Amino acid sequence: MDKTFSIQRMPGFATIALFCFALLYLPIATLVVFAFNDGSSIVMWEGLSLRWFRQAWNNSQVIDASIRSLQIASVAAVLATIAATMAAIATTRTRSYRGLTFKYAFINQPLMVPEIVTAVALLVLFSRIKVMTGYSGLGYLILAHTAFCIPFAYLPIRARLESMDLSLERAAADLYATPWKTFRRITLPLLWPGILAGFMLAFVISLDDVVITEFVKSAGQDTLPTYMLGQLRRVVTPEMNAISTVFLLISVAIVTLFFLISRRKV
Amino acid sequence: MPEKPDRSAIEIRNVSKIFGSGDDQVKALDNVSVDIRENEFFTLLGPSGCGKTTLLRLIAGFDFPTEGEIRLHGEDIAPLPPFKRPVNTVFQNYALFPHMTVAQNIAFGLEMLGRPKQEIEARVAAMLKLVKMEQLRNRKTSQISGGQQQRVALARALAPQPKVLLLDEPLSALDYKLRKEMQIELKRLQGETGITFIFVTHDQEEALTMSDRIAVMSAGRILQVGSPWEIYDHPAERFVADFIGETNFLTGTVKEAGNGRARLLLGSGAEIAASAASDFKPNAEATLMVRPEHAKLVKGKGDLGGTVQNIVYFGTDTHIHVRLDGGEMFIVRQQNARSAGCGFEEGEKVGVSIGDDAAQVLRD
Repeated sequence: MDKTFSIQRMPGFATIALFCFALLYLPIATLVVFAFNDGSSIVMWEGLSLRWFRQAWNNSQVIDASIRSLQIASVAAVLATIAATMAAIATTRTRSYRGLTFKYAFINQPLMVPEIVTAVALLVLFSRIKVMTGYSGLGYLILAHTAFCIPFAYLPIRARLESMDLSLERAAADLYATPWKTFRRITLPLLWPGILAGFMLAFVISLDDVVITEFVKSAGQDTLPTYMLGQLRRVVTPEMNAISTVFLLISVAIVTLFFLISRRKV
Repeated sequence: MPEKPDRSAIEIRNVSKIFGSGDDQVKALDNVSVDIRENEFFTLLGPSGCGKTTLLRLIAGFDFPTEGEIRLHGEDIAPLPPFKRPVNTVFQNYALFPHMTVAQNIAFGLEMLGRPKQEIEARVAAMLKLVKMEQLRNRKTSQISGGQQQRVALARALAPQPKVLLLDEPLSALDYKLRKEMQIELKRLQGETGITFIFVTHDQEEALTMSDRIAVMSAGRILQVGSPWEIYDHPAERFVADFIGETNFLTGTVKEAGNGRARLLLGSGAEIAASAASDFKPNAEATLMVRPEHAKLVKGKGDLGGTVQNIVYFGTDTHIHVRLDGGEMFIVRQQNARSAGCGFEEGEKVGVSIGDDAAQVLRD
């Protein structure tokens, strides 16, 4: 008999595990199930139907907010990934120096400062700029999203750079590659999975944001999450469930892709 | 090609390398000077931390000397970045580009040099043939064995036809049999290409079998430069004799010295005359070295007396450990003949006979 210790044989293991699973997935399961409800209640089941998906699809506000969300997330994720890549190279491909730890903290600031504080700060700053310049386009949201996405893009890129064998870059230099050619031909191709992973993480984080967006957005600039938040203050129909279900699918798809890419070995 | 044995490929002139600053300062190389000739298989040999890899990195350009010059065919290359030096490296871990095929790896240096496509293709084909890897040209480098990766690393470094090839302990990751094969292979490649090889190793046997000349290093200095034979038979210092091969050391006092010879009075009262590696004054402390295979064990009286303590059988030869009358241990190596014992027994009183040429007096 196998006498080694196994946590799976501890009393109550199955119960606790089931409870945790239920806590994690029961709400989501309920949400998804009622997205297919034929009635207009989100608690009373009245039969199977796709009417709420159709209604959401025909709701121009939902479509507008979704497109805005995707626009902001794409631009912000691209900008954040570029900045994060440069930051990651600057913090891993230089000799360690005094102040490097401070620089890590500086880059990861959005992870440490409470989001609501950043949101209020941005609101104050951007309203001033709005008054001064008269510009009230999507630029503010894109800038704000870029800023808080940088640490999420930075972490996987830096991890990849740190695990990369430095002698590869040395070998390229030894074989007559200039620093720029070494970066283009060796570092960048090997870093690519990290960059993609960083991009997708930033994309999902931007897509998901409520607090900062709610504070920074001008009138008529609802993203999907802030639109949904606004709707919840009124009558709640399974249309919300339908939108959430689609949103959930997109997020899960992107995060799964992220794991597949970051797991890939060169 | 006519041989020009006296032309230098690399001249190292008073090179020092200091890492860190202030109290943490480490002197990795201490005023090192050496000439490496054209078309030579030159080995930097020493224990880890002796500075051999630092010297190789300075020649490659991965680091820059604190002081001194590194000349390649007369031109000082010490301030040049690695991509401007006609010197290529075979790395200890091979450092093959994992996202490229075998052929792409070999072509990389030539592409960076901007050579025409046709020339690159021809050269890659020739290199693949040279290291016998034609079949695997389109494999990813992760899909080939360690020995094959080693060959690709060699081909990649040789493809741009460097003036000098640097090899940083390239055989250390291979198992014994493969290592022996690659030693012969490297020697062949050096002969066929006519490129100067600078080989770094801590393995003295590897250095002796492959090198034209060896530089023995310790603590950031070069102690001796010479052919394997000179290094083994005429070590300049005790460290060299100790690091290379097995040696018996006996300490004593110089009785008389001159004309490259010295007579030494050992602790046991025995007197032995031997060639001297440097000048000695009478009454100076000195060390007598005798290689185990250069001494002979005799029944009765020899130059030194002792008792057999241990007999160790090695297949091709036998090591007989003798406790000398003065108390020191002395090892004699004896070639084994077929179906005969070594002729001595443990506990037997014996003599050690040291031929006129067998011993050498060294500085401490």
